[in-house]
Amino acid sequence: MSQVSETTVERNIKTSGMQVSKTDVAIDVIGMHKWYSDFHVLRDINLKVMRGERIVIAGPSGSGKSTLIRCINRLEEHQEGQIIVNGTELTADLKRIDDVRREVGMVFQHFNLFPHLTILQNLTLAPIWVRGIPKAEAEATAMHYLERVKIPEQANKFPGQLSGGQQQRVAIARSLCMKPSIMLFDEPTSALDPEMVKEVLEVMISLAEDGMTMICVTHEMGFARQVANRVIFMDQGQIIEQNDPENFFSNPQHERTKLFLSQILH
Amino acid sequence: MTMDLGFVRKEFVPSKPAPGRTGGPILWAQKNLFSTPTDTLFTVIGILFLLWAVPPLYNFIIGHAVMPGGTVEDCRVEGAGACWAYIYARFNFFIYGFYPIQEYWRPNIVFVMLAALIIPLLMPTAPFKRINALLFFVVFPVVSFYLLHGGVFGMRYVPTEQWGGLMVTLIISLVGIICSIPLGILLALGRQSKLPIIKTLCVLFIELWRAVPLITVLFMASIMLPLFMPAGTTVDKLLRALVGVTLFSSAYLAETVRGGLQALPRGQFEAGASLGLGYWKRTYFIILPQALKHVIPGIVNNFIALFKDTSLVSIVGIFDLLNTVQSASSDIEWASPTQAVTGYVFAAFVFWIFCFAMSRYSLWMERRLDTGHKR
Repeated sequence: MSQVSETTVERNIKTSGMQVSKTDVAIDVIGMHKWYSDFHVLRDINLKVMRGERIVIAGPSGSGKSTLIRCINRLEEHQEGQIIVNGTELTADLKRIDDVRREVGMVFQHFNLFPHLTILQNLTLAPIWVRGIPKAEAEATAMHYLERVKIPEQANKFPGQLSGGQQQRVAIARSLCMKPSIMLFDEPTSALDPEMVKEVLEVMISLAEDGMTMICVTHEMGFARQVANRVIFMDQGQIIEQNDPENFFSNPQHERTKLFLSQILH
Repeated sequence: MTMDLGFVRKEFVPSKPAPGRTGGPILWAQKNLFSTPTDTLFTVIGILFLLWAVPPLYNFIIGHAVMPGGTVEDCRVEGAGACWAYIYARFNFFIYGFYPIQEYWRPNIVFVMLAALIIPLLMPTAPFKRINALLFFVVFPVVSFYLLHGGVFGMRYVPTEQWGGLMVTLIISLVGIICSIPLGILLALGRQSKLPIIKTLCVLFIELWRAVPLITVLFMASIMLPLFMPAGTTVDKLLRALVGVTLFSSAYLAETVRGGLQALPRGQFEAGASLGLGYWKRTYFIILPQALKHVIPGIVNNFIALFKDTSLVSIVGIFDLLNTVQSASSDIEWASPTQAVTGYVFAAFVFWIFCFAMSRYSLWMERRLDTGHKR
């Protein structure tokens, strides 16, 4: 962890200038519980994310962080409480679920690019078939985002020909092509070789600079310190502590948080 | 003993060509045939076996065979090989069955259309795929049916009882293959469904058809079914066999496809879902192309089995290729010691040609579809 925090701190990020809305709620999770059959994985989750906020969720493995963000675009179903995304409450109604998913991008730990499609096809599939955008326009948008993640020259290759870091940047670009208002990151750098973590984090930082509403599950504490305006610590399916990064890292309150931080920051 | 642990490379090692292969047939033989005493023993046994088996085979098929143009007397000569003259004389019967001779032009047109449409369809680089597919899957079956069946545009009516030979074998296998693909895929998807009724129906269907031998299905279709049907209604015998073969094959195909669906990582479904693609779009664009690609060998295996299983329709009195060969083998006019054997060798060869072509095509397709995502 430590060597990565050094690499990202080099960059002087303009977080102070980023606007967080006071009134516009992007995601509202109210009294949410989830069970895997009898196992109570998420317990009484309450989380309000304002438009433009950048939230990092940390915690030991098995604490329910991934499950929580996967509930936000209904890759997982919750059993109790409410989840309201962009004003739409997630229920079993498939139409609502698709409405929410169109507006919420997600980046996975293992990239999950479509291996049988070229990079460009990966990026244009959903804009063409979900948004109904003409192919030429979708391709122009795709190239724009590929340039943004700095790999336009890979457009006609297949995912299997790219390095892990490049694949993850493509995955981010693929989400951005849908012009989402919220981005979810599920441990985006955990499956990468150490040399490739930085290139992915840089893309995420530049997204944050543009004011994207982001929730990141990550172990990159350097990234959290630099980009987040709130850090949430979870354990055993519950939110244990949350604070701004400054206070979270320098002055943790809960015993469990202190133990966690002492174990990962050495 | 002191050792210097420090090491700094001054210059990179340039890449150099791999050591050349030491070749030559003698070296190859030494390495592959005679490298150990056991190898040598097996090589000698193998050579002896070939010396024992090949000359009689050669003599039967070519050396002592009676070629087209020969007579039945030649075939009756002691020690004569395969009676190809008989195959040549009965060739039309093996291709068309009892189809009226003066109407052969109708199946011929169908054969030509089939070749003209299926070859470009199977070549990925051929243009006009959409029109080609439309012609092959929609226009071709309709036109073929009316051509073969007749009764329209002044064409003589030819009942399906008179259809036969390779023509019927191809009809059953093509219809079976083409109809069982969509059915099999839908059944496989249904079996994976979260909707309990659909899932149960698909499981029941698949397990029922898989648990019953094809012969039973054909018997049921041709003997039992008419008993249940109201008097006076008849369903064509060939049609019943077609439906039976198709449903039977689709149940097997469903399980093959399900194997492919299960091999896909969950992340592919999730990535599609997170982009807002609904179930059918996700399935069509992301899941099926990958799942089907994984199970090409299994699917082709099913098709080859189906192609060969079409010969079972002979037991319900349909004259497919094998049945025509079998019934011709009791033809007195060509009665000779090798008559039946020659017929079976011919039938086996025709089946082999088609199955081998399918197998080679699928291997080629697999390589072509490989986008190198395997690690």
